[in-house]
Amino acid sequence: MTSQLALGLLLYGVSLLTMAGIYGVLAIGLNIQWGYTGLFNAGIAGFFAIGAYVSAILTAGDSPNFIGGFGWPFPLGLLAALVVAGAIGYLVGRLCIRLRSDYLAIATIGVAEIFRLILKNEIWATNGPRGISNIPRPFESMSQPWSQIAFLGVVALVVLIAYLLAERAGRSPWGRVMRSIRDNEAAAAAIGKNVTGFRLQGFVIGAALMGLGGALAGHFFKFIGPEATEPLMTTFLVWVMLIIGGSGNNKGALLGALAVWTLWSATELLTSQLPPEWAVRATFLRIFLIGLGLQIVLQRYSTGLLPEKLPKIDAAEFAPPPGRAQEKAPPAE
Amino acid sequence: MVEFINFYLIPGLVLGCMYALGAIGISMLFGILRFAHFAHGDVITLGAYFALLFVTTFGFPVLLALPVAIVLTAIVSVLLDRSFYKPFRNSPTIYLVIASFGVALMIRSLVQLFWGVKVESYSSGTFSKPIIFFDTLRLAEKHMWIVGLTIVIVVALHYFLSRSKLGKAMRAMADEPDLAQVSGIPTEKVVRATWIIGGGLAATAGVFLGMDTQLHTNMGWDLLLPIFAAAILGGIGSPYGAIAGGLVIGLAEELSSYPWIGVEPLLSPGYKTGVAFALMVALLIWRPSGLFRGRVFT
Repeated sequence: MTSQLALGLLLYGVSLLTMAGIYGVLAIGLNIQWGYTGLFNAGIAGFFAIGAYVSAILTAGDSPNFIGGFGWPFPLGLLAALVVAGAIGYLVGRLCIRLRSDYLAIATIGVAEIFRLILKNEIWATNGPRGISNIPRPFESMSQPWSQIAFLGVVALVVLIAYLLAERAGRSPWGRVMRSIRDNEAAAAAIGKNVTGFRLQGFVIGAALMGLGGALAGHFFKFIGPEATEPLMTTFLVWVMLIIGGSGNNKGALLGALAVWTLWSATELLTSQLPPEWAVRATFLRIFLIGLGLQIVLQRYSTGLLPEKLPKIDAAEFAPPPGRAQEKAPPAE
Repeated sequence: MVEFINFYLIPGLVLGCMYALGAIGISMLFGILRFAHFAHGDVITLGAYFALLFVTTFGFPVLLALPVAIVLTAIVSVLLDRSFYKPFRNSPTIYLVIASFGVALMIRSLVQLFWGVKVESYSSGTFSKPIIFFDTLRLAEKHMWIVGLTIVIVVALHYFLSRSKLGKAMRAMADEPDLAQVSGIPTEKVVRATWIIGGGLAATAGVFLGMDTQLHTNMGWDLLLPIFAAAILGGIGSPYGAIAGGLVIGLAEELSSYPWIGVEPLLSPGYKTGVAFALMVALLIWRPSGLFRGRVFT
């Protein structure tokens, strides 16, 4: 009995960390778009769904209900999700990237809703509202806790790679240009930076990561349906994670993902213990409290748990050359 | 032809009225507070459920519950502004946008908490029988109420904006907020009035939608994007444009599935709502000033 309980707790912990990792990938994607570049993407759910469907269709077995039977291996499915979401992000970005914050938010929501309509209505390709089931999960042939732990390892690896790349990019000259565009677009344009081009790059990289997160989620649940594009569970939750964790800081994005998902899932565990007629209602109370928590964080601690740390400027690199000490240091790249 | 009027034109007009009522509020709030109010859809839902409360518990006819819902929703809107939007008056608008996302979720979860997620309707209102004109033209009584009351509200709003001191102050603030402030317009009072009008109109749209179809907790959220589309089409910040935009979007959605070419619907009805989204995205990209060449806010 105790060993069963221990196994249950272990499986719960592993699934919690897996979900937090998937949300971590999404939050890093949003951090590149919003934290680095200042792009208000409110259509996270759309890119998430594209990634999930692409990987699901390419890896799932043959089925009369949707186009399939390609039987690609899992890593190629992930890669395809990344590429397709990035490519669609490029098309959407080409059209929308010049829009200011609120307008971009409205446009990206509109695009995400159009994706959802397509996924729901093109039944021949996506099985419509019934969604795609039996998506293969790697290592699922292994025995009970090990298969889940191995998948967690895959997710952790993806999170690690995404984190390291995002950190490296953030510290590089590219990251400095991004932040300069975010903080003062006119100044960035004045020193000759291609503002639209850099904004587009930020948007595409973020969209690709969101597609990757969607693909991982599809393989984890072994199912994807059009409800996955419901803005609450993806777009909104990822925004809450990034804002609470600390926008502009990748560690903050990951911490926010872990903290918010733990809170979300632990309260779900609590409310499921209530009698059924209360359990349903308590779910809504939970969403209400999360919304209220977001408001408090926004009003009191608007920089989040881990505020953005700007990389130190290497003093030697910008030291005035000898003999011209009275002049000011040249501006950063 | 008569089929076209009965099943496409009239539903389009009715839908357009609801979009217009919501879009006026979105547009005025954008003009005066300079942010896209993403919780507007859920304010619409709240208004519809306030009316439901009075219809089911006190047995009000729905048209009598409407003014009550308007008052309650207007009060809630002012309180929302006080507690969640006012702290960000001088912050970047993005905080307001994120806060309004949170408010949307909070309102919806409260509605779900108190009323549940079942589909409801104002069953006590008996608007079922359509009146038939000239043997073929069918007009449902509820549709006549919706269109008629919308016209009354729009005319009243026009007189308020063009004749009253507060209405003029409101338009001044939407046009040039700094100039309005230095010329002594009480900005907070104008903001409060904007929330009262926006909230009241949102409640009206919600009650009309509930009368026309049914009530469910996502009804307002589903309305939000077409309403944004209408507000952008009419030129954001312009209440008159929003009315025109609402009618155009409502008609475009319904007429898109009319068999214009051959016998098949031009667009599968499943994509009906997509028409509004596509129109909206296209407008944002190519004509963000709206059809009537209004202003673009940066």
